[in-house]
Order: sequence, then C-alpha cells, then structure tokens
Amino acid sequence: MSWEVVIGLETHVQLKTQAKIFSGAATAFGAEPNRQACAIDIALPGVLPVLNRAAVVCAIKFGLAVGGHIAPRSVFARKNYFYPDLPKGYQISQYETPVISGGRIVFTLGEQEKTVRLIRAHLEEDAGKSLHEDFHGKTGIDLNRAGTPLLEVVSEPDMRSASEAVAFAKALHALVVWLGICDGNMQEGSFRIDANVSVRRPGEPLGTRREIKNLNSFRFLQQAIEYEVGWQIAELEEGRAIEQTTVLFDPASGVTRAMRSKEEAHDYRYFPDPDLLPLEISPAWIAQIAAEMPELPDAMRTRFMHAYGLPAYDAGVLTSSLALARFFEQTVAAAGAANAKAVANWIMGEVAARLNREEKTIEACPLTPNQLASLIRRIADGTLSSKLAKQVFEALWMGEGENADAIIEARGWKQVSDTTLIEPLLEEAIARNPKSVEEFRAGKEKALNALVGQVMKASGGRANPQQVAELLRKKLSG
Amino acid sequence: MSLTHSEVVRIAHLARIAITPAEAETMRRELERILAFVGELDKADTTGIEPMAHAIDVVQRLRADEITECDRRDEFLALAPDTEAGLYLVPKVIE
Repeated sequence: MSWEVVIGLETHVQLKTQAKIFSGAATAFGAEPNRQACAIDIALPGVLPVLNRAAVVCAIKFGLAVGGHIAPRSVFARKNYFYPDLPKGYQISQYETPVISGGRIVFTLGEQEKTVRLIRAHLEEDAGKSLHEDFHGKTGIDLNRAGTPLLEVVSEPDMRSASEAVAFAKALHALVVWLGICDGNMQEGSFRIDANVSVRRPGEPLGTRREIKNLNSFRFLQQAIEYEVGWQIAELEEGRAIEQTTVLFDPASGVTRAMRSKEEAHDYRYFPDPDLLPLEISPAWIAQIAAEMPELPDAMRTRFMHAYGLPAYDAGVLTSSLALARFFEQTVAAAGAANAKAVANWIMGEVAARLNREEKTIEACPLTPNQLASLIRRIADGTLSSKLAKQVFEALWMGEGENADAIIEARGWKQVSDTTLIEPLLEEAIARNPKSVEEFRAGKEKALNALVGQVMKASGGRANPQQVAELLRKKLSG
Repeated sequence: MSLTHSEVVRIAHLARIAITPAEAETMRRELERILAFVGELDKADTTGIEPMAHAIDVVQRLRADEITECDRRDEFLALAPDTEAGLYLVPKVIE
C-alpha cells in the first residue's frame, strides 16, 4: 500500500523597507555587527515601538495579489520565548487577527495548473543572529537583523510532493519580487522556508508532522523534504510512531535531525502587545494601493498570449519576472508588434543563453531593449542574414556599437541583395561544382543547397540565401 | 480559580524564574488571590460587546519609512557585561 505525502510551508518574506518595522534603524544587509541595532531593537527599557507604514503597504499589496482578505483591524501580539538573539524575551508578531487571511497561489508544475490555498500572512519582526563560532566558550550576538520586517506566509497543507512544494515556493518567491515587496535574495536570508511534512495512508487523517526549519534555497527544500519523507515512511513501516518535533536540514550530509522537542516551546503565551494599538486599514487606503499595483504575472501572461499571439510557454517564460516582462515589452514597442514572436525567440534564446553563461540576470543585460529591437528590425527587413545577425548581436553585447545599424555600417555587413554583385558568385559556384549542377538538373533538390552554401561562403555570409536559391534555380533550369 | 503546584512550577520555568518548592507554594497562594481579584471582571455581562485589544480605544499611528536612528553601538556595547568584535557575548548557546 502506498503513502501519501502532505506538505505545508511557512515562508518568512523579508520586506523591502529602508527602516525596521518598529524603529528607525536601517535594514541594509551586510553592516558591521550591531551598527544597525538601535535602542528599540536591543530592547532598552522605556522604548516604544511605532509601526512602519511601508511594511503595512507591503502586506496590503500581497493581500491584493493573492486575493486574500485584508483585515480592516488587526492586532499585534507578543510571542514569548527566551533566546539570546531575542532581547525583549518576546517577538512582536500577529496571532489571532493577522493582517491577511486566505488567498491562493496558482502556479504550473509541468503542464498542470496547481492551486495552493493560503491560511494567513502576518506581519512580525525578525530576531537577531547568534554566532556560534567560539568566543572563549561564549556565543556572539549581532542584533542588526532584530526588528527587520517580515511577512510570514502560511499555506494550507495542500502540497503532495517535494516538487510541488518547490514549485509553490518558486511561484511565491517570483510574486513577492514582482510586487517589489522583497528583494528575493535567498543567500542573504530574504526568503526563508519552514516545511511541515507528514505522511499518511490515502484517505486517512493527517499523520504527525515534523517541521523542517529555515531552508534558504529551493534545492535544499527539495532535498530536505525528500529525505524527511523517506525517513518518516521507514519509521512507520518499522512500526515506530512519528513524534511531533522541529528538525534541521544539514546540507553537507543531506539528512534532517531533531532540534528540540516542541511540547514546551509550543507554549508561547501570546497576548496583545500593550505597546501597540490595533492596526486599521481603510478601504480607501486599499483602493489607493490597488491603483498603484503592477499588472500581476497571471494577467500579463494572458495578455501576452492575446495581444502578441505568443504561445502559452513563451508567455509563461517571459512573465517569470517583472524585469524580463518589461524588457520584452520595451523591445516589442521598439521593434513593432509584428515582430513580437521574433523578440520572444531572441530573448528566450540568444539573450537568455548569454546571460546564463555570464551568470547575469536580465537587470544586468548589457544589451538594451532598443538595441535588440534594432537588430530584429534589420533581420525582418532582410538587411541581415541570420548568420550575420548573430555577429551583430555579439558586437552589440560587447558594446561595440550604438545599435545594429551602426555596426552594419561600420563593418560593411549589409546583406547583399544587388543581383549584379551576386551574379559573378553564382557563375563561379556553377563552374566549380559541375557535379552538384548535374545532380540538381537530374531532379535532386538537395544538390541546390550545396551550391547555395558555396555562394554564401563566397559572399562572406552577406548574401540572402533565399534570394541566392531563387537565382540559382532560375539559372539552372533556364 | 485555583492553581496547582505543578502549574506554578511550569509557569515559573516558562518565565525562567528559579523558585524553591516552598516559594512555589507561597506563589501559588498569591497568584490565586490575584486571579480571584481579576476574576471579579468575569461577573460583568459582556454579551454583544466586541473584545478590545487595548485599553485605549485609538488606532496605531504609523511612522514614515525613514532611517532616523544613528549608530550608537559603542554606547550600547558599553552597557553589556561582555563584548567582542562588536558583538554581545552570552553563555554558549547549544542547539
């Protein structure tokens, strides 16, 4: 009998604000230890937290994007536990009334469309960092991260495999980056995932779950879940019970191991934080933010298919990030809508391959949309053969010209379509390849290609192969 | 409302307060009296009244997203019992 895997994710999305959620200290990554930890962040007595408006705006944008309910009134609560990187002895979070409840993320896995429902998304502050390398047998505490705004997004246990969990996490990541509410930098901890994993026999109630903490890459998420599922099934098949607990994934060994028993840590003794008043969000404020929202990836994908006649696959790839979608639209605007498919091909082909090779993202693309459009226009009007187009692309990439025209001009790469210039090349090719000529005349179509190839070579790639083929055909059958 | 001895021990542990069994018994009696005092509120009829999250019926003011705090690390570190390389040092945390 088979096992069914059940996965729910809790994702900590670090919000892209200048200042912290309850203080005016900076959030920038990479500062020297404790240089961005003010009196509020380190919990000196007598300080008072005041909520950062920008963090609330981020939460509203997210709520709108996932179709969740944005609470007109939500409350901050103290989550009490002791840990040295939490100087107050509690984390300010939201408990009974989160700012966002419900909503869903729709994504594709292979050819299938999947929906994962969200339970809630709440605002909270991040903790500091413990540095466990040895300081004379002590632990070092850096509180720069303390008070950094987070949106914790909690999904329903709607995922049934590691691949599904990864696809959901990627879709969520793409969305928060798209909305501009998170920088998405996973190495710097801007997007951290906890995975709740359990297994059960199909149709039976949920099994006991174990929570894998703090996964900061999609690859680790996949590996950790796969290991955990294997481990749980083995335990159950050996007749042992799963104990609810928190586990850590060790990337070096690829295994998960229990961290601490959750029974006790579970008692967070939440209560409303008397330092903060209820957060009110008016319908007018929501409407104002809704009006400023970028077009969402789903809507844009559909529009690309209808407005530019792109296949679903192309539209999906081009809307995988807002920067890529904008690059595409700007190129199409300059190249003309009739060239949209060619633009898509170039971006998904040459441009993507080149960016990949140089480990760059589209934001760092040395080629501008206008430059790419200039190239595509010259292919469309027959000035450039596809072979020359690749060389012009290369030159533009290396910054060797302002646009395609400048490069064509400077190198004399204009495609030769003047028949008086091509004529001698045709004669030469015919004279030198009597065998191909004979074969073609005997009805072997392929023999013509060899002749076209000769002419193209002699022209330095500047002749138009279609035109050459046509002229040759006329000559040989004449 | 009555409290058991083991509940008091558990609450003390969660709050990281070390108490002896004798102290636990004193605390148990004192806490019971506090709970009884607060329990007076249960007598009020709150049917149809929306619970409040704060004693003052006003809403949260929001701050602009601006950096208003400067670096005062040296002053803050000077308050701590042990520091090194800009870090606060605490007894070894073992996970």
